[in-house]
Amino acid sequence: MARIFVGNQDYEIEEGQNLLAACLSLGFDLPYFCWHPAMHSVGACRQCAVKQFRDEHDRRGRIVMACMTPVSDGLRISIEDREARAFRAGVIEWMMLSHPHDCPVCDEGGECHLQDMTVMTGHTRRRYRGTKRTFRNQDLGPFINHEMNRCIQCYRCVRFYRDYAGGSDLEAFSLRDQVYFGRHESGVLQSGFSGNLVEICPTGVFTDKSQKRHYTRPWDLQTAPSVCVHCGLGCNTIPGERYGSLRRIRNRFNSEVNGYFLCDRGRYGYEFVNSSHRLRQPLVRASREDSATPLSAAEALERVRSALAAGNGVAGIGSPRASLEANYALRRLAGPERFASGMSDADLRLGSVILEIVRSGAGRPVSLAEVRQADAVLVLGENPGDYAPLLELALRQSVRQQPLRDLQGSVPEWDDATVREAVQGQLGPLYLATPAATRLDQAATAVFRAAPDEIARLGFAVASKLSSRAPAPDGIDSGTDALAAGIAAALSQARQPLVVSGAGLGNVALPRAAANVVRALREKVPAAGLCLTLPEANSMGAALMGGRSLAAVAAAIESGEADTLIVLENDLFRRADPLLVERLFTARQVIVLDCLTSRTAARADIVLPAAAFAESDGTLVSSEGRAQRFFKTMPPAGDVRASWRWLGAMAEALGATPAWQALDDVIRELAAELPVFADIREAAPDAGFRITGQKVARQPHRYSGRTSMNADLDVREAQPPADPDSPLSFSMEGFQGQPPGALIPRYRSPGWNSVQALNKFQQEAGGPLRGGDPGRRLIEPQPGEQPERLEQEEHEPGQEQEGQEGQEQPQFKRPEYFPDIPEPFVPRAGEWLLVPLYHIFGSEEMSAVAPAVRQLAPAAYVALSPGDAAALGAPPGSTAELIVAGGTLHLPVRLLDSLPAGVAGVPVCLPGLEGIVEPGSFARIRSHA
Amino acid sequence: MEPGAVQTAVRDANLKGRGGAGFDAGQKWSFVPMDEAAIGPKYLVVNGDEMEPGSFKDRLLMEGDPHQLLEGAIIAAYAIQADVVYLFLRWEYRLAARRLERAIAEAYGHGLLGRGILGSGFSLELHLHISGGRYMCGEETGMLNAIEGRRANPRSKPPFPQTAGLWGNPTVVNNVETLCNVPHIINRGADWFRALSWTAEGGTKIYGASGRVASPGAWELPLGTTLRELLEQHAGGMQPGYRFRGLLPGGASTDFLTTDHLDIKMDFASVEAAGSRLGTGTMIVLDDRSCPVGMVLNLERFFARESCGWCTPCWGGLRQAVQLLEGLEAGRGREEDLAQLESLAAMLAPGHTFCALAPGAAEPLGSALRHFREDFERHVREARCPWSER
Repeated sequence: MARIFVGNQDYEIEEGQNLLAACLSLGFDLPYFCWHPAMHSVGACRQCAVKQFRDEHDRRGRIVMACMTPVSDGLRISIEDREARAFRAGVIEWMMLSHPHDCPVCDEGGECHLQDMTVMTGHTRRRYRGTKRTFRNQDLGPFINHEMNRCIQCYRCVRFYRDYAGGSDLEAFSLRDQVYFGRHESGVLQSGFSGNLVEICPTGVFTDKSQKRHYTRPWDLQTAPSVCVHCGLGCNTIPGERYGSLRRIRNRFNSEVNGYFLCDRGRYGYEFVNSSHRLRQPLVRASREDSATPLSAAEALERVRSALAAGNGVAGIGSPRASLEANYALRRLAGPERFASGMSDADLRLGSVILEIVRSGAGRPVSLAEVRQADAVLVLGENPGDYAPLLELALRQSVRQQPLRDLQGSVPEWDDATVREAVQGQLGPLYLATPAATRLDQAATAVFRAAPDEIARLGFAVASKLSSRAPAPDGIDSGTDALAAGIAAALSQARQPLVVSGAGLGNVALPRAAANVVRALREKVPAAGLCLTLPEANSMGAALMGGRSLAAVAAAIESGEADTLIVLENDLFRRADPLLVERLFTARQVIVLDCLTSRTAARADIVLPAAAFAESDGTLVSSEGRAQRFFKTMPPAGDVRASWRWLGAMAEALGATPAWQALDDVIRELAAELPVFADIREAAPDAGFRITGQKVARQPHRYSGRTSMNADLDVREAQPPADPDSPLSFSMEGFQGQPPGALIPRYRSPGWNSVQALNKFQQEAGGPLRGGDPGRRLIEPQPGEQPERLEQEEHEPGQEQEGQEGQEQPQFKRPEYFPDIPEPFVPRAGEWLLVPLYHIFGSEEMSAVAPAVRQLAPAAYVALSPGDAAALGAPPGSTAELIVAGGTLHLPVRLLDSLPAGVAGVPVCLPGLEGIVEPGSFARIRSHA
Repeated sequence: MEPGAVQTAVRDANLKGRGGAGFDAGQKWSFVPMDEAAIGPKYLVVNGDEMEPGSFKDRLLMEGDPHQLLEGAIIAAYAIQADVVYLFLRWEYRLAARRLERAIAEAYGHGLLGRGILGSGFSLELHLHISGGRYMCGEETGMLNAIEGRRANPRSKPPFPQTAGLWGNPTVVNNVETLCNVPHIINRGADWFRALSWTAEGGTKIYGASGRVASPGAWELPLGTTLRELLEQHAGGMQPGYRFRGLLPGGASTDFLTTDHLDIKMDFASVEAAGSRLGTGTMIVLDDRSCPVGMVLNLERFFARESCGWCTPCWGGLRQAVQLLEGLEAGRGREEDLAQLESLAAMLAPGHTFCALAPGAAEPLGSALRHFREDFERHVREARCPWSER
């Protein structure tokens, strides 16, 4: 700790950090631009100037840049010094020379860091009388609007885009006051993280183009804390709403999860909520062939009630994209014996294997923060950038750790340019084993291209190099053997090695191999971490809740055990082959609850409109096992209701007591019945929580139009909608200060109206939120737990499974090495192994509905290696016939150099390919060329 | 001679860097890690990017005697045990480039460069690097970035190039004129070299003069020659019909000196004591028939144009200075503009900016406002440039 003097007042503060971060942590308002807590100091903007004094006798002092000054004991500065203040005002004046002052028409206005800093420095009078420099803007694609005239040359955009996120198509061009931040020519930004430019840019150069299409002033947005639903990582978000439509998504800081950043799928996928594909009223069909007739919620419930009363048993299919509460509501209605988690067979298998691994203590499931800190990484099978994008961004930070550590503190970590100079672009160990090339390849130490089973065999080989107790695969070729030895050496020499695998390729051998590696590694490096990804927002929650397979539900229907099928937020055609779906549809009545139209909803007897994430509350469990609460940003319109409310009403109709009034009732019952979820109560404060007697206001205090915005419908001011489910109000009335982390609806602090106000919400600049980051991990091995010790102790399997008898729950074993090593992959003649290929834009069901995302999604195709394509006589662009269990597909051929022979890549979830491809299956391919 | 002995000789010679800053050359070399375990390769960079307005001394050295420079570079590289020399040459110096290329080929041909020089264990590669052509490339760290193929932005110091320079490796950057002194120091000894000058700073200096002097040119003279001797004897005084008003002693980025300063000794310490800098020692003379505001505007336009665009005071402050000076020259000047120019000159102080470009630009501006205040005020009063023809 160092004692420093700020304006003659002394403060205790951590030594070695930079003075700007220290001042912000101490609560001072010191303006800055180029510094960013995740990207550190470069000393470009010169905005954070303060006066430094040699000692108490020094009256003159000298101006230093706080961001470039290390905190040391006895440091003596003044922020309020006249010369320093004048200099800071001067810096703003220089930035303003060419700034267009177009705040009234700028999308950033009202949450602009440049506005805030201008006010903070007191630069109020324009003296410049010359002309302004102007630029031509570029079309950067559907996500980002470009307005270069507003630029103040802080260099944050290129530093994020290139240095932090590994992108290459955004550059600083030209010089003096004419530096141009853009692409070499107009075109779609290639990085999957480009949307962060909106929040990185301190003014309106890069703004949200999706928001622009339905623009609302930031102070007119109603906002609430939410969780991203477009992959399994559970990034924290803040959606914004006006007039019942969602206008944008912003990052919600969580130092353990996404930190400051989101991926473009998570930022721009939200428009599905506004889409014309939404189900907005209940529908009934007289028969499956008929078109649907709309009816009211009351009528619909009556129809459901009579259907259930007349029926003979209910089966339920839950969903890994629905909340725990919604799934639980269905599980309670159908009973655990007739409840399916709604995952495909492959995901169900993967989910239970992954759960078995993390529960056994083979490896600690790591947070994204721990991924960023890992100093040697092996990726088995996953393509993070297209499957769980923020994991790629985290891995791009992990490769910096080992070179950073090698500097041994010779350069302060916050001195970004100097650190990068010292590191000279060296990257730490990152081994990528995937069937096809990924964007992360450029950061990899080595890549290994093979069929999924071969990748698993590599993993098993690595494990066997690390521990003699781990089973070794037979017949490994010498090249692979040497690679395995190299990987094993790199991992065992690291302090925080990490193995990444997951469900992406639908191959259970991959997470098992990853578990073996981590288990073997922990004999040497106890801190070794394991990151196993699952595909959807609540896949881990669904796996933890358990449930039967779709086939088991079909069997229950066929055996007459149940004749009514309730499908929760699930398009069965994406989960199972059409034959199995047909068997499920043999139920007498099929009731579907969903927010979007789907092939499943299109055939249901009764369709109930479910609230989308922004209109409902609930809990999602991320791949890491972190339970996080999302809150509704806006009340659902019309007859749309949260799924758990529909299902609660159905249960009530069947006589269930007690009836649920609010979300907390569901959570309480769920936590009591399934102890594994006991801690979800701690994920966020309950609806009764108040600060100074108030709920937290969803609307900022500047929200306009309260009394008039609906005057075209009714001149009387409507009562704000009640919200029994959360401690947030649909009003500007309520608490406007800093609530607990899980309830933060926006970042704002006096004088700080932009996202930079986040500094004021953190324990220290760049640190965790005050009161801790939100969310509660449900799977937490005991601290200091060693695999050896575990083996000796009597492990008590299934402790958490009380009350779940009769289900197909995996039996949790002590952490032993998995012995099941797959056989070597042998290409077959005339048949290809199908491997799923992911696309950040297109491979996720709901975001693919959003226009901006859809615009960047590729059309369906089949990928072959050039050799295979030539042998087949299928040149690129020609049509090939793919014969799979579900039928025959005609797809254009794409050549993929990186694909191994005998393997065909089929993109996941693109239109026409939903649910068609069973991972691990072989298909015949015929050329039409 | 051992490398250490070469370093000692140059240090004893008190050779101040001739690029402008006047930093002790031997001391600069001494910061280079010399132990066997030091990361390699090590680099010597010869700064031949002479882009300081008014300076042309390095050009004469390179065109006139390229071998002398190569000899100096080879000795300096030996002294710090560098593996590679980059000779960074101003883009416009075509003739120098041709002559250097030939001299380099000759040096390789005679075994003075390459592997095992003259049968010793010392090997050295030398590459001629022709600049893309920016003032910023002449700044020590900007030059390193330029050689690495990056934007020629300056780097923050510390770390200094001697420990972390080109590609993060130990690197010394020396000016052409500095290195041209080295062979003579080694041949004749430090005492001889020190005794060449009039002052404590050793050796000779190439002084130059441009402007309305009778015979503009460059002359090698003992360090510490007085300004009066330079102007009157070597430059031949002012051209007929022109009166001396002041001068920039060492290129554009130094403070004006006036008639009050004619008797100062032109070495680094004396000029600094007089409130300016010796800089490159090539002076630009201002006469009574040229507008001082116009002269400063011309310089500030240069500096504003050459700003790399990294730090705000430089790209913003210089643009503002140019705009205000243009206003004065065009007769649009206001009384408050002078105060603003003064505060600008003060705000662009060393330490306030990322590198020395903007503080250098502030030197002629601030000193012109001090010495020629009346001329600035006349621009405002008369709403025109008094030197302009009506």
